[in-house]
Parts: sequence; C-alpha cells; structure tokens
Amino acid sequence: MSDVVLEVSGVSRTYYDDKKNAVEALRDIGLTVSRGEFVTFIGSSGCGKTTLLRLIAGLDEPQSGKLLLYGMEISGANPNRGYVVQQGGLFPWLSVWDNIAYGLKVRGQYRKHKADVAKYVRLIGLEGFEKSFPHQISGGMAQRVAIARALINEPELLLLDEPMGALDSFTRADIQDKLLELHRESGATMLLVTHDVDEAIFLSDRIFIMTPRPGKIKHILRVSIPHPRHRGGVDFFSLRRDILEQLELASAMPQPEYKI
Amino acid sequence: MSLLDTPLWEVVKGSFAAEVWDKIAPAVFETLYMTAIASLITLVFGLALGILLTVTNPDGLLPLKMFYNLSGWLINILRSLPQMVMIILMIPVARVLFGKSYGTNPCMVAIAACCIPMYARIVESSILEISKGKIEAAKSMGSTNTQIIVRVLLPETLPSLIRGFTVAIIAVLSMTALAGMFGAGGVGDIAVRFGYQRFQHDVLFAAVYVLIALVQIIQFCGNFASKRIIKKRNLI
Repeated sequence: MSDVVLEVSGVSRTYYDDKKNAVEALRDIGLTVSRGEFVTFIGSSGCGKTTLLRLIAGLDEPQSGKLLLYGMEISGANPNRGYVVQQGGLFPWLSVWDNIAYGLKVRGQYRKHKADVAKYVRLIGLEGFEKSFPHQISGGMAQRVAIARALINEPELLLLDEPMGALDSFTRADIQDKLLELHRESGATMLLVTHDVDEAIFLSDRIFIMTPRPGKIKHILRVSIPHPRHRGGVDFFSLRRDILEQLELASAMPQPEYKI
Repeated sequence: MSLLDTPLWEVVKGSFAAEVWDKIAPAVFETLYMTAIASLITLVFGLALGILLTVTNPDGLLPLKMFYNLSGWLINILRSLPQMVMIILMIPVARVLFGKSYGTNPCMVAIAACCIPMYARIVESSILEISKGKIEAAKSMGSTNTQIIVRVLLPETLPSLIRGFTVAIIAVLSMTALAGMFGAGGVGDIAVRFGYQRFQHDVLFAAVYVLIALVQIIQFCGNFASKRIIKKRNLI
C-alpha cells in the first residue's frame, strides 16, 4: 500500500463561460493515491470532483500544476486509466461481448486475449447475455458492462464518475458489492466520484471531502472499518455523521431556548 | 397528344401507350445512370468532407482551425449558388475534364459540385450530435482518431447518414432533370423537348410518372434501411 500510483500537485483548472466569467473548478489540488487503494471524492455539485477525474483521465488539461502517474506526466487519454461515466457510455450498436472486447480490438489484442472477455463477462455475472445489446439489459447490467469494458485493459487506475448515479438504491447496492469484488479480484486502484455518503463509506479506503467555489479538498478521511462492511453498522453511522458535518449537511441541533 | 386539343383523360390514357414509353425509355436509363453515378460521387466526397469538417472542428478530434474555416467557407459559397447557375458555371470545367460541355457525363460535374457540399453539411450535423461521452470512452480505451471515426462516429450515425443520403439522392435526381435543359439528356430533357416545346403532354406525363416512382422507391429504401438499424438498436 505504500507505492504511490498517482501524484497530483498544485493543480488548478478554471473554466470560462459564454460571458467570459471565470468559474474556478479546482484550486491548488494536491493528493497522492497508493497502489490498490479505493479512493472516493465526495462533495456537492460544482466542487470540481468530476473535473479532477477528467484531468486524471487525460480528457482535460490543468492550467497549472502536475498530474503524475508512476512519476510520468499524464497527457491525453490512455487505456491505462479506465474511465466509466454515469450512463450512456456503452456503444448501442455493439453487443455486450463486443462492448467489453472493444479495448482489446482497437489495440489489436483481441485474438490473444479472447479468454479475458469471457472472464470479465463471468466476473460481472452476465453469462448468457453476451449477445444482448445495451438496450436489452437493465441499467445496472449496463453499468457493470461499462466497468468490465474499462477493466479489461488492465488499467493502473479505474476512474468512476458517478457510475451508480442513475440507478435505484437496490441496483446501486448490488453494483457496490460487485465493485468491491472486482477491486479485490483485479487489484486495480480505483477512484470514485460520488455524492452519496453511504456509497463512499461502504467502498473507500479514503474519502476526500471537497467544497465548491473554488473546488478544494477540505478534508481527508480514512475509513478503517474492515470489509465486509455493514451498511447499518454503528461505526458506519458515526463516520456518516462526521462526513455530513464536514459537508455541512447535518442539520444543527436545536439550541435550548432558555437562558440563565 | 396535347392538352390544347385533347381532353385530359385522353392524354392520361395516351401517356401509357407503348410508343410514348419507347421514346422515354432511353431517357429513363440516362437519368438512372446520372443519378447513380452522381449519388455515388456525392456519397464518397460528401462523407469525406463531412467527416473532415467534424474532425477539424475546434472541439473535434484534431482541431485545425484554418482548414475548418476554409472548407466551411468554400462549402457555403458552393451552397449559395442556385442549381441552374451552378450548371452554367460548371460548363467550362466540364469542357476541361471531358472535352465537351454537354451530355450526361459533363453535367455530373455540376451535380456533384452542388450536392457534395449539401451532403457534407448533413454528415457534419449528424456527427456533431454524438454525445461526447462516447467519444471520450473510446479514447480512454486506447482508440486512435481513425478508429474513433470508423468504429464510433460512423456506426453511431449510420441511421441518420442513410436518411441524409436519401435526401441527397433525391436532390441529385431533381438536379438531373434540371440538367436535362442543358444537354444532359434524361427525363428532364424529355419533359422540356416534348412537354414544353412540342406540347406532347402524354410524353410529359409519362416522365412525371417515372420521376414520382423513382423518388418513392428511393425514399422507401432509405427509410427501410435506417429503420432496420434503429430497430436493431431499439432507439425508437
């Protein structure tokens, strides 16, 4: 757990809207992520968590600061950083099998690693659905395919941008379990963006709490509850309370109305 | 037969006579030939130009502002010329290319010059509608730009590319009729020579039937093909 996979230092990113108003999405972000870690970024919308993930994915560039993957500067998208979006990322004209095999095919490794596709189909529990098209499977299944499609490239980092944001809470819990299993199985380092506090606690080793305008990391929380975690456990709830307070979402206790 | 001296019904009946169809049969083949070749040229160059436009777009895969602006400007110029003006304008170009300025082949230069920019714009607007997420997903899985074009942009837009191509073929067809006035032959030529200059309205009617039938067939095929793909992906 000690070797650093990702190192982000002094990263800032400002967007300009149509009227040339500056929107400071990220200001002076610094963090490191170790190999095999599961890290979550949580915060209200506009805190720059997605921007940060896109920078790490290489889909956007910072105005200042550095992003290093194993000491090498990140520039441009690369299959060593898998990227999963909230929904609609699958190719509708390809079957489940072909969606998962896409990465292998474009890199000309499909013939050699055909067995990997079968392995990931099994890992995400979609045996028998290989020939189905994305519209024929449920939203939860589609997200599992999206995750498998990124993992098959054996990425150093799996970047998950609210992959469960559009799912109902039953399916979400199911995918969270699956994600932990895949994390264990593949040993990939995972970075998740979410606005769901429970999801963050259930999955993460560390939680980065972010605040908006400008987007900054306010607090880093280590989750030391051992796996498997109980979603209704006492330690779970005490951590939940801490995070909600950090996010300023816990409503204040009513003050006693009397004075001495 | 002319409407000037024969009742409408008689002219309509006469338009189905064998001798009328003998007259227009070669013209129908000329029209089909012109439409097929010009559509093919439009498809190839329009598709290429449309893809180049989207790829070199400032937000595209390979932003090339100079090229994008220049080709956009050229397309707008070509698009602003009415079809007839384009035909007249292309006469000297056709003379350079084919050695003569009339006939079926030279007129295809004008048809292509008119329809390629139109189809390029249709292709461009179809591709621009693709969600950025899909392109980014493809990028993050290691696709090269060419692979993104071939494996993502084209399959994703295939239904609308086919529908756009249907529109383009019909535009080509209507332009072949206009080109008939300038020595291209075909059904348009028949309509002018017999229907307009000699008042042989039965021949004119026959030409109209042919055009209506052709457009119906083209539209049906285009709709059928794009619907099949859409149904397979369950997008409707």
